[in-house]
Amino acid sequence: MKYLLTLYAEEAGWSRMTEAQKQQGVAAYNAYSEALKKAGAYVAANRLQPIATATTVRVADGKPQVLNGPYADTKEQLGGFYLIDVPDLDGALSWAARCPGASHGTVEVRPIWEYTTS
Amino acid sequence: MDSHEVDAQAHSTAEAVARRSYGKLVAFLAARTRDVAAAEDALSEAFASALTDWPRNGCPGNPEAWLLTVARRKMIDSIRRRQSGELAAEQLLHEAETFGPDPADAEIPDRRLALMFACAHPAIEAGIRAPLMLQVVLGLDAEMIASAFLMSPAAMGQRLVRAKNKIRQAGIPFRIPGREDLRDRLETVLDAIYAAFTEGWIDAAGTDVARRDLAGEAIFLGQLVTALLPAEPEALGLLALMFYAEARRHARRNPQGDYIPLAEQDSALWNQQMIDDAEALLLRACALGSIGRYQLEAAIQSAHVARCRTGQANWPAVVELYDALLSVSNNSPVVTINRALAIAETLGATAALDALPKTAADARLTEYQPYWAARAELLARTGARDEALQAYEIAIGLERDPSVRRFLQDRQSSLENCPARSKHSRRPGC
Repeated sequence: MKYLLTLYAEEAGWSRMTEAQKQQGVAAYNAYSEALKKAGAYVAANRLQPIATATTVRVADGKPQVLNGPYADTKEQLGGFYLIDVPDLDGALSWAARCPGASHGTVEVRPIWEYTTS
Repeated sequence: MDSHEVDAQAHSTAEAVARRSYGKLVAFLAARTRDVAAAEDALSEAFASALTDWPRNGCPGNPEAWLLTVARRKMIDSIRRRQSGELAAEQLLHEAETFGPDPADAEIPDRRLALMFACAHPAIEAGIRAPLMLQVVLGLDAEMIASAFLMSPAAMGQRLVRAKNKIRQAGIPFRIPGREDLRDRLETVLDAIYAAFTEGWIDAAGTDVARRDLAGEAIFLGQLVTALLPAEPEALGLLALMFYAEARRHARRNPQGDYIPLAEQDSALWNQQMIDDAEALLLRACALGSIGRYQLEAAIQSAHVARCRTGQANWPAVVELYDALLSVSNNSPVVTINRALAIAETLGATAALDALPKTAADARLTEYQPYWAARAELLARTGARDEALQAYEIAIGLERDPSVRRFLQDRQSSLENCPARSKHSRRPGC
């Protein structure tokens, strides 16, 4: 089953880090991706630019409304995702716990909606 | 006393009773019907009644008996609600016979051990035995257990319910097995307790309350088993093993929260009393003349403690203990990894690498952090730098504790920056 792990953390925390800590942080994510690949669970992953770069769009009454800023103003911001393929939720949770993001923020685990092709 | 104080007193009395007697009451209530869920429900209603009744009328002299009487009434009420007529009458009669006279003044028999044997019965799915024991015998709530075992609360709740249904429907008995089965069946109980302990052990910093408590709860269960079965060497061995580990808890992190491997720990920070207790338990166990997995594991811990204190190496003895452990544990890959690390100290890193289990033989090893950490360490010692760096990479990616992750990253970078052969002799995972 495929699961999407969405990583939320306080962006400010990143900017407070020293250069060495940032390097170590990035290295930890690289190692995590590597371990996922080794276990055959890796599908895709990406890191997002900071929320300052976010723009939201919605169409109301046929008119698109474009707003500057993220969809929701929350304490922790969406910073990236991992798409993984594992046997079940227990497997997904154990990978979520290993994600470096889980120790400095929150990792949400959600199963992908699988469409059955007829 | 003002009403606030009275409330507080009722609460603290109820809490103390829950801690002391929860499992005893569940075991007694569910002993004949084997309906653990119904017993838990009735007992939680009885606790709720206590919190309204005791502040008004004062705490009873025998709170356990008070709770038991109320819980039994609740159980009978719920049977009445569910059924009517003849069937109910028959059932109620059966209940009355089951419970016998109200044990209001008598001692409530302690059937917790029988309850533990039911929870860890071979017919119960192995993975749920430890959570079930924690809930049924100690009254921990499903959410806390789920978090400690890294499972979704919904899934944990469902599995617990399924396991309780199985006890009732399959007729799993609440009894302490006879002499001939006791050893085998006790092993499942001890394994469940140890599973709870190791889940709690992962959180070395003690920052995660759920995990830290779990180690304490497991020790409590271990003490309960040794109190009720004082001549079972493996039960004593398990308790000794848990004490050895727990005694080192505060030495496993420095004040900055960095991970400290066993070889570098300050033994002055170890809990001396707990180590003495562990040694005494282990001696008692060995005197009973029947060796087993937990006694061997405790003996290995004892050897590590002695070496760290005296500086006298005793690796050949440790390897021998691992050899014995391997033969009683069906060649467990975890034991094989630790044995290889001990072999590195006697025969060198190359021999140790040969002694590591092969990932091809057990796919689960690709997701087992200690395997990669051990491999990285041994490769680094043989001078296979690039392979070692790669193995560190996987180990880092598999680690969920940030301070251990940092420790491994530091090892990796120091290897990267100094291509010379490393002289380290640390043991990852201690």
